[in-house]
Amino acid sequence: MKKLIAAALTASMIFSMSAMTLCAEEGGTLVMATNAEFPPYEYHEGDDIVGIDAEIAAAIAEDLGMTLEIQDMAFDSILAAVQSGKADIGVAGMTVTEDRLKNVSFSDTYAEAAQVIIVTEDSEIAGPDDLVGKYIGVQLGTTGDLYSEDIEDATIERYNKGFEAVQSLIQNKIDAVIIDREPAKVFVEENEGLKILDEAFTEEEYAIAIAKDNTELLDKVNASLADLKESGKLQEIIDKYINTDTDNSEEADTEAVSEEATETESAAE
Amino acid sequence: MWETFKEKFYESFIVEDRWKYITNGLRTTLIVTFAAVILGIILGFIVAMVRSTHDKTGKLKLSNVLCTIYLTVIRGTPVVVQLLIINFIVFASVRINTIYVAILAFGINSGAYVAEIIRGGIMSIDQGQFEAGRSLGFNYLQTLRYIILPQTIKNVLPSLANEFIVLLKETSVAGYIALQDLTKAGDIIRSRTFDAYFSLISVALIYLVMVMGFSYLVKLLERRLQKSER
Repeated sequence: MKKLIAAALTASMIFSMSAMTLCAEEGGTLVMATNAEFPPYEYHEGDDIVGIDAEIAAAIAEDLGMTLEIQDMAFDSILAAVQSGKADIGVAGMTVTEDRLKNVSFSDTYAEAAQVIIVTEDSEIAGPDDLVGKYIGVQLGTTGDLYSEDIEDATIERYNKGFEAVQSLIQNKIDAVIIDREPAKVFVEENEGLKILDEAFTEEEYAIAIAKDNTELLDKVNASLADLKESGKLQEIIDKYINTDTDNSEEADTEAVSEEATETESAAE
Repeated sequence: MWETFKEKFYESFIVEDRWKYITNGLRTTLIVTFAAVILGIILGFIVAMVRSTHDKTGKLKLSNVLCTIYLTVIRGTPVVVQLLIINFIVFASVRINTIYVAILAFGINSGAYVAEIIRGGIMSIDQGQFEAGRSLGFNYLQTLRYIILPQTIKNVLPSLANEFIVLLKETSVAGYIALQDLTKAGDIIRSRTFDAYFSLISVALIYLVMVMGFSYLVKLLERRLQKSER
C-alpha cells in the first residue's frame, strides 16, 4: 500500500512538473499550436514540422529568447488550445474573422492569402457563382468552411483534413473544394486532373492567434513581426517556400499547373 | 461568471440556429445506428447459422472458412479504419451519400459481433435438445427452427440490445468521412464558437441520456424474459 501511495505521489509530481514547463516564462518555451497538414505553411517533413509558419514562429521565438515547441492538432482545436493556455500562440495560416476575434487576439498580419476553388479539369464550374447547388468539400473550421455556408443550396461536406476533401474530389464524391491558395497549389501539383479556378473565392490575410489576456506576448510578437518585415527576413521565408514553382516544372505534366499557379500569383499581387 | 455562462450558451446554441446542428446530428446518429444494427443482425444471423451448422454437422466447410475470415478481419481492425477503407477504397469514385457508407461500415462491423453473440447462444443450448429434436423426426433445420432458435433468441436478446448501445457510441467516429452525426455537430459548433465546454458537454449528455434510456429498456426486457421462466 505504501509503495502504491509513493508511486501515485511520484506520478503526480512528474505530472505537475511537466505542466509547469508548459507555461511560457521569459527564456522558456514558446508553445505553438498548429495543424501540420497545410503545406507549404506547415507540414511534416521527417520528424519535424516545417513550413512558413513554423519558420516565422521560430524566428519570433529566437527574437524573444525562447525555444519553440510545436504542437500538432486538429485545426478546429487550435484556438481552444490558445484560449485555454495550452499553447501560447496559434500559427496555422489563420485568417482574422469576427468570431475568432471574440475569443482570441490576433497579431498584425504576416501573409496574404486567398480561399480558392479546386475542381476537376473537366468540371463545368468556372467561378464562385457556379457553386450554387453543388457538393463542396471544406476543412472543418477553416474560413472556407465559414464562408461556404452562404452559398445557396450547396451541400457542405466538412472534412477533418484538407487533403481528405481533395481526395474526395478526385474520387468524384464532391464537385469542388474550397481551401487556402498555397495548400491548394500543392494539392493540385501532386494530383493529376485537378485545377484551381482563376477567380478566388475570397481574399484574406493571415495572423497569429494569442490568448486575449496575454497582451504582453501580443506586443512582443507584433514588435518581432515588425522587425522581421523590416529586415526582409519574413519575405525571405515566404519566398523560400512559395516561389519554387519553377523548380518543379521539370516534370512535363505539371507545366500547365505551374502556369496556372503563376497566373493566380500575379493576380494576388 | 453567470453572464459569461449565459453568453457562451447563447453563442453555442442560439446564434445562427446552431442547435440545429445538434438535432440534425442526433437524427443522423440514430438513423445510422438503427439501420446498421438491422444490417448487422441480418449479417450476423447468416454468419452464425453457417458457423454453428459447421460446428454441429461438419458441413459448409468453404462458407465456414469465409465467415471465419470475415470475423477475424472485422474484429481485428478498428472500426474507424474500416469506415475509411469503405469510403475511400471500396467506394472510390462513386458518389454515394456518406450516410449509406456509414450504415454499411457500421453494419458490417456490427455483424461480426452479432454473429458471435448468436453463435454463442446456439452453442449454449444443451446438445440433448438437438438429440431430442432428431429423435422426434425433425431434420437438422427443423430442429434449429422449432427447438433451438426460440430458446437462443430469448437468451441472446439482452446481449443484442447491448450491442446496439455499443454501436450507438461507436458511430461517433462517422465524422471522419464528413458525415454530420452528433459528435461532428458538436465539433462544428466548437469550430464556430471556439468554446469547448458547451458543445462537448451537451453532446456527451445526449449520448449518456440515450444510453441510459436504452439500458433501462434492456433491463425491462430482461425482467420480462425472466418472468416466463417461472
